[in-house]
Amino acid sequence: MKSSVITFPGSNCDRDMDVALKKFGFKNKMIWHNDNELPKSDLVVLPGGFSYGDYLRCGSMASKSKIMQSVINFAKSGGLVMGICNGFQILVETGLVPGALLRNRYLEFICKNVFVKLNNKDNSYFKNLDKNIFEFHIAHNEGNYFCTKDQLKEIEDNDQIAIFYCNDNGQINDKFNPNGSIKNIAGIFNKEKNVLGMMPHPERMIDQSLSGEDGSLFFKNLINNIK
Amino acid sequence: MKISAIITLKKDVLDPQGKVIHQALDGMGFNNVSEVRQGKYFEIEVKENDPKKAKEVVESMCSKLLANLVIENYKIIETQ
Repeated sequence: MKSSVITFPGSNCDRDMDVALKKFGFKNKMIWHNDNELPKSDLVVLPGGFSYGDYLRCGSMASKSKIMQSVINFAKSGGLVMGICNGFQILVETGLVPGALLRNRYLEFICKNVFVKLNNKDNSYFKNLDKNIFEFHIAHNEGNYFCTKDQLKEIEDNDQIAIFYCNDNGQINDKFNPNGSIKNIAGIFNKEKNVLGMMPHPERMIDQSLSGEDGSLFFKNLINNIK
Repeated sequence: MKISAIITLKKDVLDPQGKVIHQALDGMGFNNVSEVRQGKYFEIEVKENDPKKAKEVVESMCSKLLANLVIENYKIIETQ
């Protein structure tokens, strides 16, 4: 299975993602933002970081970079595109997934482990996973998911919410909402469910001795689903 | 000619920075403030002499890059 990780100026989780993808069997290539063409890929990942220094709005400049037209075409033809953290911010700026990501409600940069609950397993990312609650890491300043009332209705009607912030029992309420996101939304799909944007970093949970193993479960399952 | 654009957050969008600024102003004794909303201001020098055309160009910039229309509105002002 072939994957491509796009590196933008200011990306800093691109190498971690490369390590994670390779650990679970992907043949990964790093692709520079200024390239025109994506290599043949089964999965494209927009990694975390601070692309273009977060100038203007997080992800706004990266969403206009050269490679993104190929990424958008790939997504529109049904290819799997996953955006993590800054990658999620880039995805909302391209319009591939609905909504926007605002400053965290208490204006602080949040860096901690959180629990998330899967909402929809009928997709290539989450199907066949045995459990519903995962412990992932978040590290962001602008992860406060926002969308209009009309968009929220559409998102809910199409079952596009991917994951919610919750506690270790899967309880979803404001107490377990780290950043003020509408409805505790931590990740979202496009209508077709081939594009996934989420704030948490599964690639930071792939080593028991360093963190936890929930990311390993996610990546192992993902490559099996794509095969 | 110079065209300016003001980007503001839409009414329904939470502006935590504006809120903090409001609180700071309140603490400084400016007690007659009911709300503060923070936005962005751009001055763009366009190589165009026709004001109508110059505004159109900046309008296009606003809708494509400078503003995110999910959360922001923009207003264009001709300055020179």
